[in-house]
Amino acid sequence: MNIHEYQAKEIFRSHGIPIPPGGVATTPAEAEGLARRYASTVVVKAQVHAGGRGKAGGVKLAKTPEETREIASKILGMQIKGLTVHKVLVTPAAEIATEAYVGIIVDRASKRPVFMVSPAGGIDIEEVAAKTPDKIMRLPVDPVYGLLPFQALQMGLFLYADIKQARAAAKIMQQLYAAFWASGASLAEINPLVTTPTGDVVALDAKMVLDDNELDRRPELALLRDETAEDPAEVRAREAGLTFIKLDGNVGCVVNGAGLAMATMDLVKYYGGEPANFLDIGGSSNPEKVVAALEIITSDPHVRSILFNIFGGITRTDDVANGIVTATQASPLKVPIVIRLTGTNEEVAVKILQQHGFSAMTGMDAAVQRAVELATGART
Amino acid sequence: MSIFIDNATRLIVQGITGRDGSFHAKQMIEYGTKVVAGVTPGKGGQRFENTVPIFNTVADAVRETKANTTVIYVPPPFAADAMMEAADAGLALIVCITEGVPVLDMTRVYPYVQARGARLIGPNCPGLISPGASKVGIIPGRICAPGPIGLVSRSGTLTYEVVYHLTRAGLGQTTCVGIGGDPINGTNFIDCLDAFERDAATKAVVMIGEIGGTDEQEAARFVKEKMKKPVVGFIAGQTAPPGRRMGHAGAIISGSAGTAAEKIAAFEDAGMGVAKRPIEVVDLLKKRVR
Repeated sequence: MNIHEYQAKEIFRSHGIPIPPGGVATTPAEAEGLARRYASTVVVKAQVHAGGRGKAGGVKLAKTPEETREIASKILGMQIKGLTVHKVLVTPAAEIATEAYVGIIVDRASKRPVFMVSPAGGIDIEEVAAKTPDKIMRLPVDPVYGLLPFQALQMGLFLYADIKQARAAAKIMQQLYAAFWASGASLAEINPLVTTPTGDVVALDAKMVLDDNELDRRPELALLRDETAEDPAEVRAREAGLTFIKLDGNVGCVVNGAGLAMATMDLVKYYGGEPANFLDIGGSSNPEKVVAALEIITSDPHVRSILFNIFGGITRTDDVANGIVTATQASPLKVPIVIRLTGTNEEVAVKILQQHGFSAMTGMDAAVQRAVELATGART
Repeated sequence: MSIFIDNATRLIVQGITGRDGSFHAKQMIEYGTKVVAGVTPGKGGQRFENTVPIFNTVADAVRETKANTTVIYVPPPFAADAMMEAADAGLALIVCITEGVPVLDMTRVYPYVQARGARLIGPNCPGLISPGASKVGIIPGRICAPGPIGLVSRSGTLTYEVVYHLTRAGLGQTTCVGIGGDPINGTNFIDCLDAFERDAATKAVVMIGEIGGTDEQEAARFVKEKMKKPVVGFIAGQTAPPGRRMGHAGAIISGSAGTAAEKIAAFEDAGMGVAKRPIEVVDLLKKRVR
């Protein structure tokens, strides 16, 4: 789960990381009020779950409260990578001497949290890693012991020659690791970590991605979710217990299992079509899930055909058939549907479908080809 | 012959009284798996289906039944503890079906299990089956048949799809292993490839990967350098957008790393047969197995 910069900053502050003050505004007037309170040049930053906010014009300096209001009115409502900005963070502008990068990820290869730090901060860390790998220090952390003080100091010294600054950075890294672990994060990042002209070390930005798997046992983290910042169809799918990702094509796909769902999308492409979505109805699917899946898919105006691909293991194919019947009786389909199902209770499922005027296919390739033909109008 | 499980497998089911645990315990017993014990804290002394004894702890179950393998169906917040309890009780093979285990939990479970010499399969996996001998997990028994093909996969239903085609084409299996779709899991592709290479009954191997991480790329290097048996591969997620988690927690392209194209290139470089569609696995295998 993505959270906003201002939320990550609150978590970081609660662990003691030095961060300049800031406030969130949802209207230009609120932004102006915040600028008056800080009585200095401020930065207005779009709060949106997308990278490259600066390049997209979502981060701007404002010298006066009036200018803050004007800039906030431009950023609020702006689209960044397809997402609408509903909130801005207003924070006093800091004077910057140097910029560094500090981040923690869960590394799949070493199966540990790994720190990545670089004195070349403020820019894309992947770019630094590709072009100047010697400017990055990687440090795996043993999760049993946590980040040890000497390790933190090693990283501090990699960033700063000045021992006072190195110690200050080391302390921030300990605090960042604590925040990372306590929040069940899969990523925690400060970019940039800056030094000011007076020598202080301060975090100017904050980014955190939380592990979705933590949210069930950590309701206080689940509260950080901002549904206005997400695609409405994806929110609806999550509420129904489905995994849905919208894509640009016109063949709507309903599949059980993530691997099969991806393979189905790939096969749509193989036969010359474009998948409209990834949708996994999961293992023990009940008819209600199928109803929700159809609602979500048919609300996409680009969808020209619907493809069900169900391999019944735990999933009972008769449950899926019942779901299709229920959903289409409630609101008749406007686009053609192709149903492939095989496995558990297949005979029952086929009978249910036939009784209601649907036909079912057993082969995945033939079903995908048919759905693609219907979507592209190649043959009807 | 087979890998990891066979007729000597004596299985514990952790979470045997839960919805999923009880359903699949019955299926495994029907398949012929020796389910010797169940574990549900607080229900020790009872019996599952009037036959299988239930214990409060894994240690009790191991002591009383000489079990050597466990399968875990407990809910995600308790799955890490269940895996560590099993390793501590001395079980050689731990199979965790549970989906949704927090990844930071796994950073502690993995070294704990390693240090105790146990093999972990999963979490978030369908388990494994040695057709005709033993089934541990949720892979439907009736789509499998005994034969010479070893299969390893990160997926569940996609595995069933491929196994279904194999069986229909007369290509039975020694063992099918689902290693799971999480970013941190126990047994990886190389562990399974190595076991299949050593298994006399396995004549060829199918490897089903997906986007995210570098496991497939490393496995391809292993195939190239260490394996004599033919390997056929398939990668799911060629049309997956970067930065999005495609259902499985581990199925995500981070930046430009972990794409299907990169994995397919690694498979091709290793001289493997690469299927463009799941069904092509059959023909590619037939060309390589007499």
